[in-house]
Amino acid sequence: MVKAIVGAEVLDAKKIARREAIRKGLFWACWGVFIGFAGVLGASVVRFIYPRIVFEPSSIFKAGKPDDYKAGSVTLVTGRRVFIVRMDKGVYALSAKCTHLGCQPIWYEDQQIFKCPCHGARFTKEGINFAGPAPLPLPRFYLSMSPDGHIQVDKSRVVSMDFLLEA
Amino acid sequence: MKWVPLGLVRYTFCLGGLSVFFFLLCILTGPFLMLYYVPDVNRAYSDVMDIMQVVPFGAFVRNVHRWSACLMVLCVPLHMLRVFLQAAYKPPRQLNWLVGITLLILTYLLCFTGYMLPWDQEAYWGATIGATMAENTPILGAKGPFSVLPSDKDIHYIMLGGTVLDQPTLSRFFFAHCIAIPGALAGLMGFHFYNIHRAGGMSGPL
Ligand code: HEM
Ligand code: FES
Repeated sequence: MVKAIVGAEVLDAKKIARREAIRKGLFWACWGVFIGFAGVLGASVVRFIYPRIVFEPSSIFKAGKPDDYKAGSVTLVTGRRVFIVRMDKGVYALSAKCTHLGCQPIWYEDQQIFKCPCHGARFTKEGINFAGPAPLPLPRFYLSMSPDGHIQVDKSRVVSMDFLLEA
Repeated sequence: MKWVPLGLVRYTFCLGGLSVFFFLLCILTGPFLMLYYVPDVNRAYSDVMDIMQVVPFGAFVRNVHRWSACLMVLCVPLHMLRVFLQAAYKPPRQLNWLVGITLLILTYLLCFTGYMLPWDQEAYWGATIGATMAENTPILGAKGPFSVLPSDKDIHYIMLGGTVLDQPTLSRFFFAHCIAIPGALAGLMGFHFYNIHRAGGMSGPL
């Protein structure tokens, strides 16, 4: 038995069409809000993973005076990943980052070569790769003399392989 | 339903299930390790040593986690090999092959990120190597072929949280290892099984 609903309004075709339009509008509005929110959330997460500030050592730093290094010596500047090589005529700085996959080569005083502990790349004192998987020589960094007589290394500037800071 | 001729050794059908089993063991033991391990560069290693030497049954829990992880890394490619040799990737199972490849990559990433959490020499230089590889990835890495992103926006930067390995790196790897990758793996595994169900079950009598 279907009971007549008391007070039910009689819907004409025009009213039905209007309600249908409102229903559709609400449907798409909901999707719009959802997609918009998901978009904002997604974009903010992408932005979020890029830090605004990083606490990293500066690429420019002082590495003591030339006379602090014995002629012919190779010294690792700890925490900077740079070797200071002292020659009779001057100083140069080699990157302590293997050109294979970035490990830190070790200087072998007795054999006068650098060896990388990760996959065995070898470099001469000049930084030239001569064995193992490293495809390129160790980059040489720009050096200058600061006014107070210290060697100043600039890791953001790679210089040619004959660079030498006379000292 | 299409039947692929069954090979001689049916035990290979268990490899997928074994992958799930080892994954579950890791999911079970990992959170307990998290109770004593803090992803801080100054204490991560000593926390691991504490787990090994001081925490009751710590060495056992850690070893279950490590061995399960290793066995999972072994089982997943073997499972893939069985699917390949049996040609079980053919229609209607192509999609599950693709899902499988993603599961494989995620499994390797899980292994890589976990390996680096003790923050010892092995972890540190292993992560250095992985990071350099990321830096040289085509398109996404700043030094790779067809690179489009500068070195402070590329995948290497996102991975390390900067340009050098430090605290932000450990925090990120911790997040990836404990939340992001296991979550993605669990979700994709569900999809993997749903696909098996949709294809009308396995490709041969079990
Ligand atoms: C986290 C890693 C994975 C887990 C936990 C997993 C789990 C499973 C399970 C439980 C099955 C049921 C059949 C069986 O156990 O052999 C299965 C089937 C299947 N898997 Fe995986 N799997 C993983 C990775 C992969 C990979 C790397 C591939 C290939 C690229 C793959 C492709 C397939 C295909 C095509 C099937 C259907 C095979 C058939 O019906 O005979 N899966 N997987
Ligand atoms: S990182 Fe030096 S040889 Fe591979």
